[in-house]
Amino acid sequence: MSSALSMPARRASPGVFVALVLTLAIGWLVVAIDGGQLFSVPTTVSLLHVAAGLGLVAVGQTLVVIGGSLDLSVAYVISLSTLVAAETMGGDDAALLPGIGLALAVSAGIGLCNGLLVTKVKINPFIATVGVGLLLKGYLDNGYDGPAGRTAPALVQTLGYQRIGPVPLSFLLLLGVAGAAWFALARTRFGHHLIAVGGDPEVARLSGVRNSRVLVTAHVLCSLCAGLAGIYLASRLGSGAPRVGTEGLYDLESIAAVVLGGTALAGGIGGVAGTVGGVLLLAGIDAIFNQLEVDAFFKQVIRGVIIIAAVAVYAQRVRGRAAP
Amino acid sequence: MEIAERRPLPLRLRRFRAGSLVPIVMLLAVLLVLIAVRQPNFLAPPSLLSFLGRSTPIILLAAGQYFVIVSGEFDLSVGSLVTAQVVVAARLIDSEPSRTWPVVALLLTFGILVGLINGLVTTRLRVPSFITTLGMFLILVGAVYLWSDGAPKGGLSEEFRRFGRRAFEDVPGLGRVQYALLVLLAVATAAVLLSRSDFGRTLVAVGGNPRTAELSGVRVWRAKTIAFVLSGLAAALAAILLGGYSGVSFQAGAGLEFAAITAVVLGGVALGGGRGSVFGAMLGALTLEMLFALLNFYGVSGALKSTVQGAIILLAVAVSSVRSTSR
Repeated sequence: MSSALSMPARRASPGVFVALVLTLAIGWLVVAIDGGQLFSVPTTVSLLHVAAGLGLVAVGQTLVVIGGSLDLSVAYVISLSTLVAAETMGGDDAALLPGIGLALAVSAGIGLCNGLLVTKVKINPFIATVGVGLLLKGYLDNGYDGPAGRTAPALVQTLGYQRIGPVPLSFLLLLGVAGAAWFALARTRFGHHLIAVGGDPEVARLSGVRNSRVLVTAHVLCSLCAGLAGIYLASRLGSGAPRVGTEGLYDLESIAAVVLGGTALAGGIGGVAGTVGGVLLLAGIDAIFNQLEVDAFFKQVIRGVIIIAAVAVYAQRVRGRAAP
Repeated sequence: MEIAERRPLPLRLRRFRAGSLVPIVMLLAVLLVLIAVRQPNFLAPPSLLSFLGRSTPIILLAAGQYFVIVSGEFDLSVGSLVTAQVVVAARLIDSEPSRTWPVVALLLTFGILVGLINGLVTTRLRVPSFITTLGMFLILVGAVYLWSDGAPKGGLSEEFRRFGRRAFEDVPGLGRVQYALLVLLAVATAAVLLSRSDFGRTLVAVGGNPRTAELSGVRVWRAKTIAFVLSGLAAALAAILLGGYSGVSFQAGAGLEFAAITAVVLGGVALGGGRGSVFGAMLGALTLEMLFALLNFYGVSGALKSTVQGAIILLAVAVSSVRSTSR
């Protein structure tokens, strides 16, 4: 596992892109037989919007998973971020930047909290982030019954709905964030250290990496990404929504996208490009189901099966590689 | 822990020292005193018994969750399983008394089956249990909504509801003794006996160190799968009681998985496995319910339940991890 130290960050498995192309091709065919059109402008736009929201979360999730950790509080961070942003803005363009700033600051604070619980108090990341998630859930359940606040119109018009051709601004934002994360992983000291910590914490520590600092940074970045996704959702919905994160299943779906993208849940292996592929795959499946007008509840069943199956396939592959 | 693993007879030693029941019993006593101060008649046998009856479902779930957690896994599907069971029961019984027993049998089978799938996917396909069971959560909730077109249909028969509702009236000295309490007594006895049996000890060994257990001839996958089946079975029993007690809704089991995990942690069971007692887990569930009752008496909103649970989980795990690193 110490070879992870020299392993390039973007060893994204090409498998996900093959799966993506196949899924879209088959989906296109099935939808065409059904009398629809998968790649019409409206469907493509909505596919990219779905991908933008999930993608922002999943890119952040990739960083913590590569570091051998996990963040299950993202869904609540997203909900909280929509509320903080929309309530601070109050429908006023003048408060646009303070709203964004405050939402990101709150998210970063939660990430810091997650990171410190995992590294300093040494709580298992799953439990630590579920615990923090439950704290936030109680706050949201207690304080909000429905949508609150109003997003600044300028943000709704730009991030929410503006697009260049069929590509929404929000998808470009995702590409920007993913590019930055790719750069951080592949070209910076932080990225190399993160991969080392995820590969083998003990070896990393002995090689002079400050494990806690690296992991806390990853958690803060992950929460920032979730916060950004929240701001984006606030711009789409026009207000803060206390349950948007959980109802969108952003916690599980982001992990599924990460795993589909070839990042190992055990840490140390993986990359952002694969995650973006995983996100597009999940968004593509969603678009195909929408075109075929599949029942929303049936869709949820399928999502559950896909998530388990995806992880199972990768688990088999890892076992095959690790077999003595 | 490390010393214990090197010695030949570690299980017995560990059971007495770690997973001690002293903290949870003290906490329970403190809560009782606090409640007695605020609401003196709460401690009268009838109201205490009815409280115990109301808490039975969560105590059963905690017992089931104990087996899964002590073996080193999690079961996050129990809440959705309870919901699914209640909705399925209502639709199948459709207020027809004669269908009660077949449906009860079906629910128990259903619980076992879900547990079996959770267990096999986790152990044989090596999917981390939180993903397996969260995926199962999505599947169960989606399937049950799909099957009932978005709103629960049918109704439970009076025969079905009596498990959660009815009681032996006028028992000398105690007043009303709910049927649920008999279920509780039977399950608690069975769970304690099971946890002290060879299987129970094996399960703790599996959670403590799966590799060591495997090398000493334990079939780890089988032990863990049985643990998941027990949790599914506990969820089925809890659903039968809850359906009778609070009726049919898609919210019947919402959040119960985290309540069960919180209860188990409160009862001194180590998340990650290898340490704890099922009796502690059940006392933990009782303590948690009592804490909620207390908060209720003091006018704290029920919406804050999750926050309380989150704080308990983080605190309990933090305390035990600080203690184990300082040792």
